[in-house]
Amino acid sequence: MSTATASVRRFLWSVRRELWETRSIYLGPLAVGGIILIGFFLALVPLPSRLRAAQALGGAELRAAVEQPYVIAAIILMAVDLAIAVFYCVDALYGERRDRSVLFWKSLPVSDVTAVLAKAAIPIVVLPLVTFAATVAVQTVMLVSSTIALAAAGLSASMVWQHVSLFEIWRINFGHLVAFHGLWYSPLYAWLLLASAWATRVPFLWAALPPVAVAIVERVAFNTRHFQTLVLDHFLGGSDIGNPGGHLTMTMDMLSSGHLDELLISPGMGIGVVVSLVFLAGAVQLRRYRSGM
Amino acid sequence: MAVIDARGLRKTYGATVALDHIDLQVEEGRIVGLIGANGAGKTTALNALVGLTPYEGQVRVLGRNPWTERARLACDLCFITDVAVLPRWIRVSEALDFVAGVHPRFDRRKAEAFLQQTTIHERSRVRELSKGMIAQLHLAMAMAIDARLLILDEPTLGLDLLYRKQFYDTLLADYLERGRTVLVATHQVEEVQGVLTDVVFIDRGRIVFNRSMETIESEFHEVLVHPARLAEAEALHPFAAREGIGQRVLMFEGVDPARLSVLGEVRTPSIGDLFVAVMSAHPSRAEGAVTR
Repeated sequence: MSTATASVRRFLWSVRRELWETRSIYLGPLAVGGIILIGFFLALVPLPSRLRAAQALGGAELRAAVEQPYVIAAIILMAVDLAIAVFYCVDALYGERRDRSVLFWKSLPVSDVTAVLAKAAIPIVVLPLVTFAATVAVQTVMLVSSTIALAAAGLSASMVWQHVSLFEIWRINFGHLVAFHGLWYSPLYAWLLLASAWATRVPFLWAALPPVAVAIVERVAFNTRHFQTLVLDHFLGGSDIGNPGGHLTMTMDMLSSGHLDELLISPGMGIGVVVSLVFLAGAVQLRRYRSGM
Repeated sequence: MAVIDARGLRKTYGATVALDHIDLQVEEGRIVGLIGANGAGKTTALNALVGLTPYEGQVRVLGRNPWTERARLACDLCFITDVAVLPRWIRVSEALDFVAGVHPRFDRRKAEAFLQQTTIHERSRVRELSKGMIAQLHLAMAMAIDARLLILDEPTLGLDLLYRKQFYDTLLADYLERGRTVLVATHQVEEVQGVLTDVVFIDRGRIVFNRSMETIESEFHEVLVHPARLAEAEALHPFAAREGIGQRVLMFEGVDPARLSVLGEVRTPSIGDLFVAVMSAHPSRAEGAVTR
């Protein structure tokens, strides 16, 4: 086994290990997907009458009415992705020291780089993919079930199929999850992992306080808010890049704007990835030095 | 080449000197007991040797620098710091899967064969196992790793006597059979003294005693001195003395046992008694090590 294959192998096993430990990584999106479906099934009962009414409106409003549940489902699952990612990162490097299992992991030939990269891969790669899979499953069930409900009511499902182009939604959703929730947010995850590796108690406070402190110091000392604006713009404004209007409408357009390419090559993305790597390098060093509390 | 070669190993925590220029060489095939009181520096020394903590000085373990090459070293080195460190959430089967996945020298079948002799089920999670069963699981995994060097740090702390005995007997028998090297730190000397080839005493960050068992047997004698011969015995410069049951027990180094036998009953001291004797004989030397 060559060194490279061995490293990849150890990385993949380490990722798998994370999934064993934190089952909410896949159970969370699945559970929320199930809840969404329950709500959707309840809405199937009045669906035929609602569609008849919406038909009168026509055009964009009809489309919005039909498409909306699919978009809401995607957005809820994205929020779940973010929540799980945050909670996961905060505990990832802290928990293994708290229960001392880090002494077991470190007795095995897995380097700190591999271990930290595996943990970083969860929010950056694994969670977006799992969320995408959950979204596809949920939306497929939604489409099939509404088709059946409409057919039962004597309506043609063509209206739904016409306005909900799942493949288009999935393409956009996939790009958004990978580029935005994975890469664009990676400095947040890397920062949380760093705080998690650093903290001997309450890692959440270690994650939250330094940025707040920097903002306060800047505000008091210079009466400016550059740091605060920078951070908030990055994490709240990223989806507006290439979307000058910036109006959030409840359609798939909000997520796409067809501007993922611009997001990917924007300076914010490049700087974010570099910042992430710096934080992760810090987390690797901390894991090396800290085997206990 | 020595399996462990540490020169001038030093470790400080702020003003506290945990290890004070330790020199330790361990040759292949030796079973070395690192013995010291709590806080003497055993754990710090072992952590430095296995790459868990940075240090000053020159250290080579299996020819590698443990601090910069921990992961590579871990392929040939098996260490157990404490059996209570297995993650509580993991399933037995997952632990085996993971070790098999990342460790090139792990023989899963061997671990499974050992587990079959226990009541541990592969579907169980560690949190469902008793302390003794967790120790057995850790033992099973350690035994299934074909490592050149085994480093143990009080692995059986807090376990029942039964499991402690099984742990050492099984693991050390296995290692002895294969001519591997073992370094075991403990403060419960009696448990391991039967299998050791070398004994190292550590006190307040310094190695105060380092001898092979053969040397101890030929050079060290304790004499249950006949009360009438006490003055005569004291004249031979015992390095330590203690009160036995109604008799004074003197410890000698390098004195011909034939000369001693006329003074009273001559025995090879137990490691525990030797430890106490050495510690009481070197108080001043050890005190300097606390801070500097």
